[in-house]
Amino acid sequence: MEVFVAALTIFVLALFVGFEVITKVPPLLHTPLMSGANAISGITLVGTLVTSGVQLTTFTTILGFLAVAMATANVVGGFLVTHRMLEMFRRKD
Amino acid sequence: MSPELIDLFYLIAAVLFIFGLKGLSHPRTAVRGNLLGSAGMLLAIVVTLLDRRIVSFEVIVAGIVVGALVGVILAYKVSMTSMPQVVAVFNGFGGGASALAVGAALEEALRGGFVEEISVQFTVAAALSALIGGVSFTGSAVAFGKLQGLINDKPILIAGRHVLNGVLVMICLGLSIWLVLDGTSSLSFWILAGVASLLGIMLVIPIGGADMPVVIALLNSYSGVAAAGHGWVLNNSVLIIAGSLVGAAGFILTALMCRAMNRSLVNVMFAGVGATVATIEESEDIYAGRVKAASAEEVAMLLQDARRVIIVPGYGMAVAQAQFVVQDLAELLESKGVEVDFAIHPVAGRMPGHMNVLLAEANIPYQKLKDMDEINPAFRQTDVVLVIGANDVVNPLARESDPSIPIAGMPILDVDQARSVVIVKRSLSPGFSGIANPLFAADNALMLFGDAKQVAMDLMTAVKEVA
Repeated sequence: MEVFVAALTIFVLALFVGFEVITKVPPLLHTPLMSGANAISGITLVGTLVTSGVQLTTFTTILGFLAVAMATANVVGGFLVTHRMLEMFRRKD
Repeated sequence: MSPELIDLFYLIAAVLFIFGLKGLSHPRTAVRGNLLGSAGMLLAIVVTLLDRRIVSFEVIVAGIVVGALVGVILAYKVSMTSMPQVVAVFNGFGGGASALAVGAALEEALRGGFVEEISVQFTVAAALSALIGGVSFTGSAVAFGKLQGLINDKPILIAGRHVLNGVLVMICLGLSIWLVLDGTSSLSFWILAGVASLLGIMLVIPIGGADMPVVIALLNSYSGVAAAGHGWVLNNSVLIIAGSLVGAAGFILTALMCRAMNRSLVNVMFAGVGATVATIEESEDIYAGRVKAASAEEVAMLLQDARRVIIVPGYGMAVAQAQFVVQDLAELLESKGVEVDFAIHPVAGRMPGHMNVLLAEANIPYQKLKDMDEINPAFRQTDVVLVIGANDVVNPLARESDPSIPIAGMPILDVDQARSVVIVKRSLSPGFSGIANPLFAADNALMLFGDAKQVAMDLMTAVKEVA
């Protein structure tokens, strides 16, 4: 229970930080915000790595492989596509 | 590495994510912000790989190589118009990955005989991941299909869908309770993931194409919550922090989109708006004998004499790929001393801020892209407004409070206050809301019928000839 409350505390505090930071993003950059935030949500990759390292059975190996591949695509693609968009805004600065 | 050291590195990664999002508050700092965010991600991944708990690398390396390849190809091949689809795909990947990973963790614990590791916290979060991961995976897939034109982008309304969805939600709840009460079998987890996937399809299929910005933002916030849930399972703080940041971002954008249409989230999700189209008689009552069509030459004269012009781009412009020609036209007018700005409605395009990206791609400086609140007072002092491929966002009926009007109360761009309004459109057909637009029949309005790209090119030629 202690661990649960500690995790909940981090979650709620991070939500507040998120609201503060994200309300300051202008509508101009809302699409990059969304794709960038999406790339960050690919952090599940970290969780996948932790769990897919053990591989006791073929079934969990396949699950692990799929999860790692999907999460990596999310992270790599998300950051790259965000970068591509932001470069367009910078060009005419 | 000691767990404390790993957690410290995770903390640094989380701080980098926050700085990354903070950088997005201005175009000048945005590129650096995104790099900081990706640096945080790299750090978190490298640290995890070095973590002693990870025994075998082959599968991980294979997964990373395949995934990175898919990511790079998608990120560089995609056109800016199809950005919403790509975000939907990545989002679906994220949600799916989170559900699969938790499933793998559960199977490992069961088969490896670590049943004592399956705490209530574990099963609660596993249920959450299965539910949200399933919904966001298939929901994103349907959103992708609708945006890409693979599935009919009109709302598909299945009879009794509310009841059916209600039943599916109840089944999900029941399965979640089963999973939490009995962590000794993974059957409930997989059935739950399956039912949630079905629910994802059912929830998105009745939503129209133009409402996709809201759906994508909402699914994005789900994937954030899924990541946070995943962090709970693994007691991993960086997952919890990053997940809640993303959850917040998605939620804020969802709320913003809804406010920009004066509709509740419930209305967007469940009302099936866009399924009905105005009857011809209704439209004829409004348009009969009052719509004036103009030629490119006439409009060129107007533009030539104008001191201030505002261009209102809509999704129709992007579909016609006219943004590059429109930029050329804007530059031509500016070279003649006309002040040109672009007015961007918050729901222009197919995702939040989409129109800004499309115009930035056409090399239009972001300083010229004005959002609604900023530009609305300026329409009074504007000589010519050029509406290109937009409809509902300039419909004065939105100012009415009659609840039978689907867009009643939606904030609009006050283009009718300008001296003249030129609407570039292929026909008088209604926009997404399915209602007629009295602006087309207004005294100061002129219709310039045709394909946006062709019209913009005709205008270029005509403006050059006038001079």
